[in-house]
Amino acid sequence: MKTAVIVFPGSNCDRDVQVALRQSMNSEPLMVWHGDASLPDVDLIVVPGGFSYGDYLRSGAMAAQSPVMRDVVAKADRGVPVLGICNGFQVLTECGLLPGVLMRNAGLKFVCKDVYLRTEAADTAFTGGYSHGQVIRIPVAHHDGNYFADDETLARLQGEERIAFRYVDADGQQGNGANPNGSLDDIAGVLNEGRTVLGLMPHPERLSDPALGGNQGRPMFDGLVVALS
Amino acid sequence: MKAKVHVTLKQGVLDPQGKAVQHALEQLGFDGVDDVRQGKFIELELSETDPKKAEIEVEAMCQKLLANMVIEDFHVDILEG
Repeated sequence: MKTAVIVFPGSNCDRDVQVALRQSMNSEPLMVWHGDASLPDVDLIVVPGGFSYGDYLRSGAMAAQSPVMRDVVAKADRGVPVLGICNGFQVLTECGLLPGVLMRNAGLKFVCKDVYLRTEAADTAFTGGYSHGQVIRIPVAHHDGNYFADDETLARLQGEERIAFRYVDADGQQGNGANPNGSLDDIAGVLNEGRTVLGLMPHPERLSDPALGGNQGRPMFDGLVVALS
Repeated sequence: MKAKVHVTLKQGVLDPQGKAVQHALEQLGFDGVDDVRQGKFIELELSETDPKKAEIEVEAMCQKLLANMVIEDFHVDILEG
């Protein structure tokens, strides 16, 4: 299995996801610089977290226009799976691969803590390592994670079961202050129409090794290897 | 030719930053601020000399990059000279 991790100026989770992918795949991911006009054919593209281009204009807005993203969009249109984590999620909404937008957190503060997620769609290459309804503990670290979409888009996401993860409490219940950023319908991650693109604010790569305090993020990468090998 | 672009949140989109600014103004004793909406102001120097063409060009820039049409509206003013 071949994977590529896109690296922008200001990416800071590219190495974390490289380590997580290496661990699950037993091979080395390609690190692709944002200025490259194209990337090699791979089985999975990861757009990592960080602060690409210093979050200038809007989070992800500049990165979405960078040369390599044209090829990422072209490959995604042909069905190549794309995973966007945190800033990567913001980039994927800005370049139109995913609907909606990530606005400033409702509490206006940068939030960095572990949260609980409920797996709402376990039928994808990204989420096959989890079971439907499974609650996992994963960290978030963002200032702009407040997912917003218009009513029509939200209804489509709900109707087509394209909400991959929701913020919940440790018992798997929505509400009770479990949502760290005010996102619409407690959305933590969404899928594209073909279920081949996932964007999520939480960082599975940051809890993919017991030495990091937990490994509940690892099944995402193990599941991708099973689904795409 | 100069273009002045205002990018603002669409009506109905919550603006927590605007609310925080409104609250801070109240705390400073500025009464009577009914609402605050925060946006961006972007100034462009253009080589185009035809104001109509310049406006069309800047509107395209707004739709492609300067504004996120999911949550933002924009307003373009072209200043001649």
